Amino acid sequence: MASNERTGAAKLNSFAGGPDDRGFFGLFGGRFVAETLMPLILDLDRAYTAAKADPEFQKQIDFLGLHYAGRPSPLYHAERMTAELGGAKIYFKRDELNHTGSHKINNCIGQILLARRMGKTRIIAETGAGQHGVAVATVCAKYGIPCEIYMGATDVERQSPNVARMKLLGAKLNPVTSGAGTLKDAMNEALRDWVTNVRDTYYLIGTAAGPHPYPAMVRDFQSIIGQEVRTQMQEAEGRLPDTLVACIGGGSNAIGLFHPFLDDSGVAIYGVEAGGHGLDVENGHAASMTGGSPGVLHGNRTYLLQDGDGQILEGHSISAGLDYPGVGPEHSWLKDTGRVSYVAITDKEALEALQVCTRLEGIIPALEPSHALAQVIKLAPTLPKDNLLVMNLCGRGDKDLFTVAKHLGMKI
Amino acid sequence: MTTPSRLDIRFANLAKQKRKALVTFITAGDPDLETSAAILAGLAEAGADVIELGMPFSDPMADGPSIQASSQRALKAGQTLVKTLAMVKTFRASDAETPIVLMGYYNPIYVYGPERFIADAKAAGVDGLIVVDVPPEADDELCIPALKAGLNFIRLATPTTGKERLPAVLQNTSGFVYYVSITGITGAAAPVVNDVQERVAAIKAQTPLPVVVGFGIRSGEQAKALSAVGDGVVVGSALVSKIEKSLGSKGEATPATTREVLSLVKELSSALSNG
Repeated sequence: MASNERTGAAKLNSFAGGPDDRGFFGLFGGRFVAETLMPLILDLDRAYTAAKADPEFQKQIDFLGLHYAGRPSPLYHAERMTAELGGAKIYFKRDELNHTGSHKINNCIGQILLARRMGKTRIIAETGAGQHGVAVATVCAKYGIPCEIYMGATDVERQSPNVARMKLLGAKLNPVTSGAGTLKDAMNEALRDWVTNVRDTYYLIGTAAGPHPYPAMVRDFQSIIGQEVRTQMQEAEGRLPDTLVACIGGGSNAIGLFHPFLDDSGVAIYGVEAGGHGLDVENGHAASMTGGSPGVLHGNRTYLLQDGDGQILEGHSISAGLDYPGVGPEHSWLKDTGRVSYVAITDKEALEALQVCTRLEGIIPALEPSHALAQVIKLAPTLPKDNLLVMNLCGRGDKDLFTVAKHLGMKI
Repeated sequence: MTTPSRLDIRFANLAKQKRKALVTFITAGDPDLETSAAILAGLAEAGADVIELGMPFSDPMADGPSIQASSQRALKAGQTLVKTLAMVKTFRASDAETPIVLMGYYNPIYVYGPERFIADAKAAGVDGLIVVDVPPEADDELCIPALKAGLNFIRLATPTTGKERLPAVLQNTSGFVYYVSITGITGAAAPVVNDVQERVAAIKAQTPLPVVVGFGIRSGEQAKALSAVGDGVVVGSALVSKIEKSLGSKGEATPATTREVLSLVKELSSALSNG
């Protein structure tokens, strides 16, 4: 009996229980931060643990979700895409219909409420495509808390509609010129700000990465996506979905969709990374899991794009939201355990998928979920017609119009 | 540790002479390997009591613009961890006494392999490690193996390190304690001496280790003032800025590069000596 128990204990009986109390998902995660931040991270952990145990906190989140963000987001049967692809029955989880146009608001509502509980008077955040920056600026405007957003100078240029929205919402925008001027560099600068202004400032991280408890906390706030899919699919089809697909930069929308299904072994799960110009092009992609190796950056151990000397590479994607050289640690663990299949989609494939969806469904997706769509286009025809496939349409394409038009040679 | 390390010996000797330690920081390979090795070779004679040698990293999140730029110059010039260890080995062949502490971030060490790194660092003549993003909570990863191999592991204490946390920070620390005098990045505003004094006293009440103070010290005068509250000072960004300002139009080293860095070290050292 005792030896059986030990054998049993060595086997994984849940994918949904992590992280451990030190913040690790197997090898990945943890808290690798400078001493100045460590006491604050521990404070945050305590505050979040207390908030989770307080029914009032969840009630506030649910209220704002319903009345402010527009939850639940619809689960939409994409009939023409389904007919065109001739395989799985395709559903879109319409998180692009949330207030601010992406799934990012789910996390920002949770974290702004936590920051208020902690008595913090200033918010900082990093942003890549600007979707997270807009969501942060939005909740800060709603609660009258000053905020500063760090955004790579390259991204400021290619995501100008979001830049204008953030400014209009009253956020102070700090363009970051170090490195390649993208999300990684914005995160470095946000961390520098935090180290300097650590006492009054709350760092509202936008993805399921960073030091513990951020990966678990962001996942918890985003898990509303998968929880709603469970209920909605039961209502629509009387059973759980068979296949889930979502795009991965840091991986917050994906973990939000996946997490409530991790222990349903019948559900096949695909995470889609940015393949950029192709995995064989050196520094030409942002697929940290399919084209990187484990390392330590921004407070956690995870798969990273790096050279043989442990220097971080910049990565590339047509999508500013996906060109982060790392990924949330829970995804790294799900990759190594084999629970989730991670694949890469190129810029070109994503652009094509965006057009297919736009013309067949009348929905212009952001470039980020267009990567997930491209995977659906590959995968659906190989699946039987009774396979229920859900793709998370995590952001809308307005912000990408200039980029897309440029690539397609349109004049606007 | 049973045998005293080079750091233990150096701090004991300084205490006997009633002198405060000048700890100097440069980034290995900045602006190029040859110049950096020349600066390293001249530091002790110029008055550095302990040498902190930065292992360049692409994303030095806790460092300010000067040190970040120095890392970028070094990486651009082709610096690697292997070359940094080789620099220490060369230095050690001609100087058996000046302690060298490698300072950097975890990822390059993690990719090199912590066990292999510790063995190679020890063999090269490294005395201690400061790894900014490995907190006491992760001591099993690097700190304890380093201590077992006979390397000192120097921990940072900061203004946010409260009373209840200090014992955890000090527990596996050896060589010396590095008190970061401000909340912020390297090279930021100068610290307030009175605040630092209080904190250093609190640390010294809990450990017999020497405490050196760093972050934001740019001049001999500041060094002098802050050295009074601890056992020494660390100067980094100011030296690295000297390198930056001495470079030619294409970012190349000039005859002034080595000279100006070492001359600032001399100035700092003499400010500390003039009691």
